[in-house]
Amino acid sequence: MTEQLTIAAPWRLVRTRRRSRDQKPFDLFPLFRLAVLLLVSSIVLLPLLATAIGGFKGLGELRTNPLGLPHPWQWRNYLDILESARYWRVLGNSLFIACFTVAITVALAAMAAFAFAHLKFFGSRFLFTYMTLGLMFPIATAILPLFIRVRDLGLLDTPWGVILPQSAFYLAMAVLLLRNGFRQLPSELLDAALVDGCGYVRYFLYVTLPLSRPILSTVAIIAFVNSWNNYIVPLIMLNSEQLYPWPLGMMAYEGEYMTSWQLVLAFITLTILPAIVMFLLAQKHIVAGLTAGAVKG
Amino acid sequence: MTVTTIQESKGAAGGVWVAALIFLPPALLLFTVFVILPIGEAAWYGFYNWDGYNRPQNFVGLKNYISLFNNSSFRTALLNNLIIIAVSLAIQLPLALAMALLLARRAFGSVAFRLIFFLPYILADVAAGLIFRFIFDGDYGPLSGATQALGFGPVYMLASPTWAMVALLVVIVWKYFGFHMMLFIAGLQGIDRNLYEAAEIDGAGAFQRFRFVTIPQLSPMIKLSVFFSVIGALQFFDVVVPLTGGGPFNATNTMVSFLYLFGITRMRVGFGSAVGVVLFVICVTFAFGYRRLLMRDD
Repeated sequence: MTEQLTIAAPWRLVRTRRRSRDQKPFDLFPLFRLAVLLLVSSIVLLPLLATAIGGFKGLGELRTNPLGLPHPWQWRNYLDILESARYWRVLGNSLFIACFTVAITVALAAMAAFAFAHLKFFGSRFLFTYMTLGLMFPIATAILPLFIRVRDLGLLDTPWGVILPQSAFYLAMAVLLLRNGFRQLPSELLDAALVDGCGYVRYFLYVTLPLSRPILSTVAIIAFVNSWNNYIVPLIMLNSEQLYPWPLGMMAYEGEYMTSWQLVLAFITLTILPAIVMFLLAQKHIVAGLTAGAVKG
Repeated sequence: MTVTTIQESKGAAGGVWVAALIFLPPALLLFTVFVILPIGEAAWYGFYNWDGYNRPQNFVGLKNYISLFNNSSFRTALLNNLIIIAVSLAIQLPLALAMALLLARRAFGSVAFRLIFFLPYILADVAAGLIFRFIFDGDYGPLSGATQALGFGPVYMLASPTWAMVALLVVIVWKYFGFHMMLFIAGLQGIDRNLYEAAEIDGAGAFQRFRFVTIPQLSPMIKLSVFFSVIGALQFFDVVVPLTGGGPFNATNTMVSFLYLFGITRMRVGFGSAVGVVLFVICVTFAFGYRRLLMRDD
């Protein structure tokens, strides 16, 4: 069969040759590929596993048995943390901050992006460029004046002192992504709606937003992950431990139990667990959101 | 008929302004108050010696900037940022590209491996820093445990200025290569298969196909990945605090951790703002220059 093909159509030669190479029982490439991938993934996963398993050991055992499995497994380390109010409080604080950050970022950015996508008015290009300036520099550059501003507004040591600056900095990314997304909706829709007497506000609420769910969820995912993991803004703005989101809570816990690595390890494991669970549940959306956001931005 | 259309378009034009006044102000206000004004204020405060209370009055001109560049810890921090950029480009990107080449096509385990490699990226930098502080801990860490099991002594990586920097770079590559890999996979999947077939018919070997099809086709993604690496490296901070705290002997600071330790914790607003301004100028110059030079047509 392959012989015939080769004779009948010489340009198929390549094809058939490749196929026959694939069928060779001693093609080493898949094995080599798998070996490399297993090596790299073990380097990626071992630190995480060592942390999680270390949380099951006693402090002495961390020293005497650094590489093996715990003997016995000390569930107490984990249970004590799960039973503490502190653990749930830091997660709750993070959730509160992240939800409001997402809500504000998405709502304000969607409105502004709608204006930039559909309204032609003098200065719109200038204002759009102005808003995307935020993509050029990190929040750290202005963190001291930001601190003073938040203090003068009386928002220091409140969740809003974290939420508002964070949202403001995520706006640039969100406006850019959403404007590009809104522009892809057919413009005939808007023209038809306007002729029929539907105003811009109603069009925005009932047409643009429902039709733009994918890009809206991309923006929401990026804002949520960034807020969930943000360290520098709450570090500067929050003082009372009652308000700490989990990265600060984790560092505070570490500062307190510095001499008991096993407890710190259990605390780290439990605080990164929600992110890992979220990732496993919604991996497709999260990966697509974070990479698409980067590419389209 | 004509009259109504004119009226309509007039009404629509008026509607545009009304709509713009409804849709734009909230975002513009928030952005101006919390992003643009602070940047302007940083430029202003940078000329003062100020502890942050009352109003800045003690004008010192360029003194903050001069003492900044005379500060050896800041020069180390700047150099560290450059090292991070170099390692991101010389080690992280090739690794990400290699993994992307192995995982872009449907093959055994591709999806699972992609997820594993992406996992560190979604973890907070602080958590990654703390995890590796344990891994590299000389007394309790598994790395030191392994060297001891092999008969060498314990390894105190984070106690040596040079090795602490190496540790920091390891964490960076560990945490970020998966993100760049995903960018490359997206790019690879967008390459037209016919190009490979055509190259193969023309007698191109595997390396030539990689060199003359994959690399040029992937170049927009590579440029993007380089851009993110550099911007990310310039603002690098979160891992430093839990991993090394900038030490030992301020050897592992980055510009932002220097800003934090020398500006914020000591409430030297003028000096800290000057650091911010330097960082701002570097970032914006790079971003504009890079886009002008390399990303013009993408």
